[in-house]
Amino acid sequence: MSARWLIGKLGVMAATLLFVIVFNFFLFRVMGDPTAQLARLPQATPEEIDKLKADYGLDKSLGGQFVDYMGDTLTLDLGISQRSREPVWDEIKDAIPWTLLLVGTGTLIATIIGSWMGVAAATRRGTRTDDGLLGFSLFTYAAPEYWLGILLILVFAVWIPIFPAGLQMSPGVEFSSWWAEVTDVLDHLILPATAMTLLLLGQYFLIMRSSMVDVLTEDFVVVKRATGLPWHRVVRSHAVPNALLPLVTIAAIQFGLVAGGAITIETIFSWPGLGELNFAAINDKDFPVLQGTFLVFSAGVILANFLADCLYFYLDPRVQSR
Amino acid sequence: MSGAREILLGSWRARISLGVIGLFVFLAIFGTLLAPYDPDASSLDLLEPPTWSHPLGTTENGADVLSQVMAGARVSILVGFAAAIISAVIGSVVGLASGYFGGWTDRILDSLENWFLVIPTLPLMIVLARIWNPSLLVLIAVIGLTSWAGTGRIVRAQVLTLRERAFVERARALGARDRYIIKTHILPNTLPLIFANTVLIVAVAILSEAALSFLGLGDPTRISWGTMIENAFDSGAPSEGAWWYLIPPGLCITLLVLAIATLGYLFEEYVNPRLQEVTTI
Repeated sequence: MSARWLIGKLGVMAATLLFVIVFNFFLFRVMGDPTAQLARLPQATPEEIDKLKADYGLDKSLGGQFVDYMGDTLTLDLGISQRSREPVWDEIKDAIPWTLLLVGTGTLIATIIGSWMGVAAATRRGTRTDDGLLGFSLFTYAAPEYWLGILLILVFAVWIPIFPAGLQMSPGVEFSSWWAEVTDVLDHLILPATAMTLLLLGQYFLIMRSSMVDVLTEDFVVVKRATGLPWHRVVRSHAVPNALLPLVTIAAIQFGLVAGGAITIETIFSWPGLGELNFAAINDKDFPVLQGTFLVFSAGVILANFLADCLYFYLDPRVQSR
Repeated sequence: MSGAREILLGSWRARISLGVIGLFVFLAIFGTLLAPYDPDASSLDLLEPPTWSHPLGTTENGADVLSQVMAGARVSILVGFAAAIISAVIGSVVGLASGYFGGWTDRILDSLENWFLVIPTLPLMIVLARIWNPSLLVLIAVIGLTSWAGTGRIVRAQVLTLRERAFVERARALGARDRYIIKTHILPNTLPLIFANTVLIVAVAILSEAALSFLGLGDPTRISWGTMIENAFDSGAPSEGAWWYLIPPGLCITLLVLAIATLGYLFEEYVNPRLQEVTTI
């Protein structure tokens, strides 16, 4: 039963991923004219353009290009960056750990603080605490995350210079030990991770709050209360674990939001992840890198959705018995 | 529509939100006329803090920040509303067709919807905006084309329940055609939901426009709040401590989005009473 479920989910994931890859081809070949990129060389003669077309495989028929593209993509050959002349996949491979570090830290902190705030608000519904937390979370939802990031730089790197304004570690420093290196990276991580946390916090809080309000009205909570268990024990040991379920899965599904946040926040803090790579490609009209990062972001979201499904399956017995 | 009136004027949150939206719509129309300076005009007062002649200081080119903020409202309002309308039309048509006709139409449209829900929106918008060259129309199209899936899903769910209701079955038994049933029974009962959802999409579209403009994909011929933040950041305003240049554009985005989202939630709560228990704001 659970093997069949897993195979079904894997099938859906593979199909979605394949669709993304096919879509990616048409996006760049059909909607945009790839020869327009080559025309960036102003003095190019027709012969030179023909040679470039042959280099990029653009002299073949659309069907032939498609076969080439599918073969290349499935073997992780994403082309050559027009800016750095490096293989796109190598640039992406170097960037992925930095994005995972930033996104992972932000998601973790947002989940902890968001669920704590959600419990505090749900158990004090209609009070001033509830109103204040709601107001704060709506503000962080409405405020652009890159703007909040810039304000963090203004306050904590310029006015009170306690944190670095950008980069992932101090440039040109020989670290005396691995520990010194780790603390240096953590020092650089604090502000961008705070910006990432602020991006996610509002949504996580709202989900936890409504889920907690739901759980608190369920029969088992009333029964636990009737057995004479103190209220805070009912909340902590019985209501919170049940209310956490939607938050855990939505935190994973929200990875699409995270991908967008990674682009703007990494740009602000010169954090060398996928988002900054994507931003550099926007400015340089570096289409292979743009295409590659879009593919990786999409694959990341699809994978995160799959993991969320698995997590839900593992955590919620009701799904398993279906 | 006494219900709508009650939502719009019934609570202080709604009244403040309406006031904020009204102010920014006013600025979108008359902002460039009322601005004390030409928002593009440079001067020799580079990155000056607020003074009597420049209440919000100046930019790195010596332009007046207040005038730029006033002029910037137009792009946000225009793109926000136009993109939300495109998104509402696509979402409604797809949701109606998919929910009403069922079968293969539903299967294909529903997977399309699911796919658009999965794809990370900002990266997709970036790709589209870069392929077509940035302009106001491209921004509207790109945001409208990528943000309809949620509406489609909500409309489809509503149509699925309406289709089975007695009054629709009665109409069908009497020989009414699909067109007639959709026009007189399905659509009127779905419109309030579409409307509430579209208000929320306006907020998302304004944030998307700001993000794209901030990333350098805005209309290069017009000032928007997103472009202002981009210019401020690129010109080193943070390290100069130029708070007067950094804070106003972001604060305007935040206030406008907050006001629109608040109204959207209130409308949503009204058309979907099941939500009243859960998301009271």
